[in-house]
Amino acid sequence: MKYVFIIAGVLIITLSIAAGLIWVERRLLSVWQDRLGPNRVGPFGLGQVVADTIKLFFKEDWVPSFSDRPVFILAPGILLITILLTFAVVPFGPNFYVFDSNIGVLFFLGNSSLGVYSIVLGGWASNNKYSLIGAMRASAQMLTYEVFMGLSLMGVVMMADSFSFCKIVEAQKDGWFFIPQFIGFIVFFIAGIAETHRLPFDIPEAEGELIAGYHSEYSGMKFGMFFVGEYLGITLISALISTLFFGGWLGPSFLPPVFWFLFKTFFFICVFILLRASLPRPRYDQLMELGWKILLPLSLLNLLITGAILIFLK
Amino acid sequence: MISILRSMWLVFLHVFHKRETVEYPEVKPYLAPRYRGRIVLTRDAEMKERCVACYLCAAACPVDCISLQATEDADGRRFPEFFRINFSRCIFCGFCEEACPTYAIQLIPDFELAEYNRQNMVYEKEHLLISGEGKYPGYNFYKNAGVNVGVKGKGEGDNEEKPVDVKELLP
Repeated sequence: MKYVFIIAGVLIITLSIAAGLIWVERRLLSVWQDRLGPNRVGPFGLGQVVADTIKLFFKEDWVPSFSDRPVFILAPGILLITILLTFAVVPFGPNFYVFDSNIGVLFFLGNSSLGVYSIVLGGWASNNKYSLIGAMRASAQMLTYEVFMGLSLMGVVMMADSFSFCKIVEAQKDGWFFIPQFIGFIVFFIAGIAETHRLPFDIPEAEGELIAGYHSEYSGMKFGMFFVGEYLGITLISALISTLFFGGWLGPSFLPPVFWFLFKTFFFICVFILLRASLPRPRYDQLMELGWKILLPLSLLNLLITGAILIFLK
Repeated sequence: MISILRSMWLVFLHVFHKRETVEYPEVKPYLAPRYRGRIVLTRDAEMKERCVACYLCAAACPVDCISLQATEDADGRRFPEFFRINFSRCIFCGFCEEACPTYAIQLIPDFELAEYNRQNMVYEKEHLLISGEGKYPGYNFYKNAGVNVGVKGKGEGDNEEKPVDVKELLP
């Protein structure tokens, strides 16, 4: 029975954060652009979340006649499923997690690899040139950044001596990992942006060039699932950054641990939105160059140095 | 790398900047006194219509949104039988105001013309006529020029001299 409550709690927290981000992102962007943002529906415009959701539900859910129908319908679900599954291993608090897998980090990396299928299949099944280009870009981008996203976490795993997120958090009692693993943190952060294909790395959807890319043909709640999937992705990456590098639920004891976890997560969500507000989109080849020529050697170097120091200390 | 962090910081500083948004229905924007908005037909000091139905506004209108028909009263004073402006066509250029010889047609600072029914955008004379003198208080066309329609006799106008008796000048 306890597990049911925890699963329900995790689902409610993650999904309501993802839905709330509709409002948070628009309000924060407007704050950074000297505007006011949505402030009409309900107090502070909070009803915008409900209004947007209702709007999405009532939109015509059109499946193009030229599309590959079963794949087209399946694709948005894959994204949501993989991200929501990953939340199962994210510890929200000392005893607030669905299950503490001893291969949690690998589970996350595997799931985020599967997430690529959603976008590639969605773009492919749309049977549309722009969608296909978007999907191709997405697959290249996500596979590239997948490589050193994993490598950048190895330093943390070596220092904590475990793949389990709970053990990693507990290993940070004496000091958060972002100081010794600063390079790892930077690489993971950049890879995380690319992995959730958020701006400035929104090359797969690139509104100006590809007219929303892989989800051009999607409408109604299918588009809504890509939409929520993107916000869930931001939440997931922010949650993982705070878990792996910023001590997860650890913090001064005058507030409950869950609060500290959510506080740190929210902080990184805001950084994600600030990135969107401030940075232009790089060209596709620049993105690949940054990945293979700078970030991959950097993460390998970080791995080598961390390993050498750890062996030296033992 | 530094430039990226710098631009992020500069964008973040916008938190402390002034908002540009005007919350419109609650906060009305400032409209200059000579703002060209909704068109009205004004009256002179005696609360009689200034319009003499000369058709100059309709001729000047680049989008042909003004339609009127002239008629005369018993004194021979011209006035429009109907005067119709289609505000769904009007571009608020103010040419009609410039063309008007009697200051009858005037554009006022009001832009809130939204209607649910498009037909309601067509304003008839009773909607256009206001019971005031608009921007030129005290002005009456017939006191300055024009034929005698019971406002003034010949040579009795504001800036007018008595008509010269040509025969008196004979030696």
